[in-house]
Amino acid sequence: MRTSRSTVGMFVIGGLLVALGLAVFASPYASSSPDGLERVAIDRGFAEAASDHALADSPLADYGVRGIDDPRLSTGLSGLVGVLITFGIGLVLFGLLRRSRELGRGGPSSRDGASASAPGASAPA
Amino acid sequence: MHIPDGFINAPVSIAAGAASLGALAASARRVSEELAERAAPLAGLVAAFVFAAQMLNFPVAAGTSGHLLGGVLAAVLVGPWTGAICIALVLFVQALVFADGGLSALGLNVVNMAVIGALGGYVVFRALRGALPRTRSGVVVASGVAAGISVVLAAIGFWVEYALGGTVGVDLGTVFGAMVGVHLLIGIGEGVITALTVGAVMSVRPDLVHGARDLVPSAAPARSGAPSGG
Repeated sequence: MRTSRSTVGMFVIGGLLVALGLAVFASPYASSSPDGLERVAIDRGFAEAASDHALADSPLADYGVRGIDDPRLSTGLSGLVGVLITFGIGLVLFGLLRRSRELGRGGPSSRDGASASAPGASAPA
Repeated sequence: MHIPDGFINAPVSIAAGAASLGALAASARRVSEELAERAAPLAGLVAAFVFAAQMLNFPVAAGTSGHLLGGVLAAVLVGPWTGAICIALVLFVQALVFADGGLSALGLNVVNMAVIGALGGYVVFRALRGALPRTRSGVVVASGVAAGISVVLAAIGFWVEYALGGTVGVDLGTVFGAMVGVHLLIGIGEGVITALTVGAVMSVRPDLVHGARDLVPSAAPARSGAPSGG
């Protein structure tokens, strides 16, 4: 079987390194211009309606690490933290959701197989 | 595309919050059907990759930028239901840790980027795949085009929300034109990044691409799953 645990593991590790590389080393060079929605809000006159974010004083607000003055380092470090937090929560969350079916139904021999069956192939409506 | 607090009034924000909760609950129930055993780390990776890519704003016009939304990318890689939860997870982390996207607007943002972007975008992807040759190139092209369309659909989602609950009276017609126009440009970037990424994964591990399952014989048989160890 090609899809052994280790080869999926290698793929995930490789992909995670790519994501970390992008978040840490590329993000400091991203455009800081307003995004599409911000641009429309500015041009059409509703940008002023935006209120300050309730968590604007949090240590990682606006993709920077408070206390680090170098803007590139600050952005890159916030990217590092963000990728790791997202991956970590995802690992736990999807692990639980994967298992919830077996816990919920408790049918016979629900231990294997269910994942490869048909329903996932259908498009959501 | 992340809506801040204050743009949309409370009733519409609350309604979107309820709708997004319903959609996420429905998606969560389907993750175990969609996500192969051992694939939880893969879904975590997709969420982490989308988070990273969303930091990379690219210029689209004078003084305007855009970034990947990632809904179609996630849906094609790990399936639409799992993909929608990936995007919602990214939005939660952004709003709660990075103060990006208003807390009161979280439901609106989940509706636009996870429900419309991932679930809606995947419907477009399936339709395009049906019209294109059943080849790897067909998957890559369908991913890219669907991704671009999904950005425009998400922009229209915002416009509908603004039409229903915008806090500042503006001419809705010009807002519609402006939203669609700028997001057509951003959609081109979304399509290119999505196609490149799906193409890269297809070239390394086509068996891990949910949207290409029908092209990979080894992924199809139900018996192949059981690991010996447990």
